[in-house]
Amino acid sequence: MPETTSSSGDGPQDGVQVDLISTERMNGKTSMEKIRLILDSVREGDIVVLESGLTPDEESKLIEVTMSEINPDGFSGIEIESFPQSETSNTTLLGRLMGAQETSKLTVIGPANQIQSLHKDETLISALISRQ
Amino acid sequence: MGLFADLRDSVSRVTASLFADDSEPKRIGIYGPPNAGKTTLANRIARDWTGDAVGPESHIPHETRRARRKENVEIERNGKTVTIDIVDTPGVTTKVDYSQFLDHDMEKDEAVRRSREATEGVAEAMHWLREDVDGVIYVLDATNDPFTQVNTMLIGIIESRDLPVLILANKTDLDDANIQRVSNAFPQHETIPLSALEGENMDEVYDKIAAYFG
Ligand SMILES: Nc1nc2c(ncn2[C@@H]2O[C@H](COP(=O)(O)OP(=O)(O)OP(=O)(O)O)[C@@H](O)[C@H]2O)c(=O)[nH]1
Ligand SMILES: [Mg+2]
Repeated sequence: MPETTSSSGDGPQDGVQVDLISTERMNGKTSMEKIRLILDSVREGDIVVLESGLTPDEESKLIEVTMSEINPDGFSGIEIESFPQSETSNTTLLGRLMGAQETSKLTVIGPANQIQSLHKDETLISALISRQ
Repeated sequence: MGLFADLRDSVSRVTASLFADDSEPKRIGIYGPPNAGKTTLANRIARDWTGDAVGPESHIPHETRRARRKENVEIERNGKTVTIDIVDTPGVTTKVDYSQFLDHDMEKDEAVRRSREATEGVAEAMHWLREDVDGVIYVLDATNDPFTQVNTMLIGIIESRDLPVLILANKTDLDDANIQRVSNAFPQHETIPLSALEGENMDEVYDKIAAYFG
């Protein structure tokens, strides 16, 4: 059974650690701090679940930093899935100028070499994780 | 902070476009997942309007590993000329495993080098998308499922920057191409079917490029 914790740390080698990161914990962090937090966990083999996901800008930085950290003997990148942004969300420039908050979109991120498949439909994200 | 940064960004963008030299061509990024046909399209556009090509095409993913630019491509539509720079980018992904290239008859050294170049190229392309692109042509292989996380994220990034975007459903010459599935995936944008390889429906593609990016 996967072990579920609310903070990152050294998981046992034969288990899979799942970090559920609350909106509260992410609030007030800079984009780079969020990305660092995510990638540090994922590079240790953990699965990260974000209660409220990332902004488009942060997602693009996450891809960029992930790419720069891929190396042939260890890290081959990430799998990521999230629910679609809800209808009420306002991510347009005008919306952001007006100070509209991103609505939450649950996001699952894990190491590509350990996630055999990550599927989603409208209401369910399902991850199949391989034991090492 | 975020609000002021956004304000500053948008103000500088507005002033930039107000004072932009009209002769300065818009920079149009060709984005999309690996193997969608981005380079095939870029080459066709470049050959049709400038006479030479942009770069090599290949069935092996991550053929394009450095963004390549073709400057001052002049497209004529209805007696008017639209000048754009086209930037062919590496296929965007969240993972690259060098061992995928070993299946393509590559030695390990070469596969590792290819994957390192691919990751650098994707990082660069993502950076450009945030900083340096005035519009996007998003190319999808219409025989593949368009509902992927990478496509969703990239379209979200493009929308959040208010960039004009055209979605191209490529490879319509193949039997299992499904144009409807592509337009259903991104109903908020216009989807244009084409075969970049066969040159099918290029007239409509050029009409739309002129209309969106002119
Ligand atoms: N049947 C068909 N094949 C196509 C079409 N466009 C491209 N292809 C083929 O798809 C493969 C990939 O084409 P590229 O243009 O290299 O794809 P790309 O998107 O630039 O790929 P990367 O640079 O690796 O991201 C090649 O084998 C092309 O010949 C098309 O319209 N129809
Ligand atoms: Mg290419």
